Amino acid sequence: MTETTQLQSAGLKRFDLQVIASWIKPGSRVLDLGCGEGDLLLYLKQNKGVTGTGIENRESKVALCIAKGLSVLQGDINEEVLDYQENSFDYVILSQTLQQVYYPERLLKSLLAIGTKVIVSFPNFSHWSIRMQVLLTGMAPKNEQLPYEWYNTPNIRVITLKDFRKFTRDQGCKVLKEVAINTNHHDTQGHIVSFLQDWRATYGIFLIGKGVTNEKEKA
Amino acid sequence: MSEYIEHDKDGVSVGLVEKKYFTFAEPPDTMILESNARLGPITICYETLGTLNGDRSNVILILHALSGDSHVAGYYSKEDQKPGWWEIMVGPGKGIDTDKYFVICSNIIGSCMGSTGPSSPNPATGKPYGFDFPVVTIADMVRAQKALLDHLGIKKILSVIGGSIGGMQVLEWAVRYPDMVASAIPLATTTRHSALAIAFNEVARQAIMADPNWNKGRYYGATKPNLGLALARMVGHVTYLSDEAMRRKFGRRLQNKSDFSFNFDADFQVESYLRYQGQKFVDRFDANSFLYITKAADYFDLRRQHGQGSEAEAFAKAKARFLVISFTSDWLYPTYQSKAMVKAMKKNNLDVSFCEIEADWGHDAFLLYNERLSALIKGFLARNYGELQKK
Repeated sequence: MTETTQLQSAGLKRFDLQVIASWIKPGSRVLDLGCGEGDLLLYLKQNKGVTGTGIENRESKVALCIAKGLSVLQGDINEEVLDYQENSFDYVILSQTLQQVYYPERLLKSLLAIGTKVIVSFPNFSHWSIRMQVLLTGMAPKNEQLPYEWYNTPNIRVITLKDFRKFTRDQGCKVLKEVAINTNHHDTQGHIVSFLQDWRATYGIFLIGKGVTNEKEKA
Repeated sequence: MSEYIEHDKDGVSVGLVEKKYFTFAEPPDTMILESNARLGPITICYETLGTLNGDRSNVILILHALSGDSHVAGYYSKEDQKPGWWEIMVGPGKGIDTDKYFVICSNIIGSCMGSTGPSSPNPATGKPYGFDFPVVTIADMVRAQKALLDHLGIKKILSVIGGSIGGMQVLEWAVRYPDMVASAIPLATTTRHSALAIAFNEVARQAIMADPNWNKGRYYGATKPNLGLALARMVGHVTYLSDEAMRRKFGRRLQNKSDFSFNFDADFQVESYLRYQGQKFVDRFDANSFLYITKAADYFDLRRQHGQGSEAEAFAKAKARFLVISFTSDWLYPTYQSKAMVKAMKKNNLDVSFCEIEADWGHDAFLLYNERLSALIKGFLARNYGELQKK
């Protein structure tokens, strides 16, 4: 099963962002944490008419975003998310950043407070190549998605698809949608993995909703 | 703010501009100030650049800092040695593009640069007000500017932009006239002075008031308190720079000598620079205006004025999109103060962007050429212009 062709029309370079963009409903309010140079926000603004805000730590990237006409705040995501009113956003996006967060539990709680839904993507640490590296070389793994040495990696959290599913259950929130994707080495093209996801996916992307509310809705 | 006025490095300029005046609040319809004192008639000095478009949707209001004036860019005459104070930012194709926008720069009341202030004639006596001039606040300055915009027939401002005390006016505009202000760019500013900022202003004011020539503000037509005013300016200049900026600019270098003089001449370059800046300032600025404007800045407290003590409450009325900018080495209005206003804006669901620009030049960084700053402002304005046209 592949959505490659359909998603490429998104006009976004990174495949995981193409998937995320396809989940966002037009006209919604979006907060993009660690928005980089604002590619996703600009795309969503131009193609889906969203009201977007980004948070980014690096001054040079923030400046680029604002110069593009985006609303972006320079700051640390863990602190910046605390100032918004509840349900200020329809979607809060945390793409490829979770593995660098010190307190994921606290952050997810904050995100679910300020957003109706949260989209999280992260590199899957149980990809077969990583497992094989640990098994065969006995050393901390390195690959296209995790290209660092153990001593200089910003990726302080080792997460697998299974770990994350358990994490969401433990946190009492609900996974509304999830896909596992496999991307090429520039992350520009890829496809959705449905068979042996835990082994074959390079990234996992999850759409999370507030657990309690959803249970009430069921009842 | 210091003076960095230079010709544009590429020679691009808006060209000739004119110093304009608007007078209102003629007695008996004088303006009631925040202090309940009355002031009138009031003259506001201003400058306009570019062309107002058909639907009047391209208006940008620029507000200046302590020692600035309405002369924001361009030249008064072909023989002029210096352009306006923000020539690097305002002009054709620049950060604030005069080919695209109609720029108004308004002076403030209390100033000595053409608007009514302590050096203007008191209608009651025919002599300069001196210390009989009522204390004016940032809110009073903004209300007077509003009268000017009403006179010009401007109902909507695309963006209000200003740094330092100009930034305070920007914040006051956005909160006081929320329906008029579509966007706002407060640069290197604060919603209220810290004790540190008030302290430096007080030292500067005491320098003026301790000068025997100050004579309780009645020195017009006599010897001016130049020593006091020069000293006040020297104090100001220290706060506009930074440790890093001073190290780079002066270090411990000596001025035109190879060894200490062992007397109290200006041995160090930094001493010589401050003395020069002080002396230059007395030629163009009025000591009483310095007292009144610094006092207005110290009194400014957006929380107290509009939020019953709460920063978040203060921005509750605002509707503008904000671009807040601070500079890493600004110790007069440090980044934490900008962050506090950003936080308050977020709590009110306001559309806000914030960037802390890396710059070594201290508080004055907002006046210096910075490609990043120009690009930021340009992009922010283009977007807001687009949105305003859609409406």
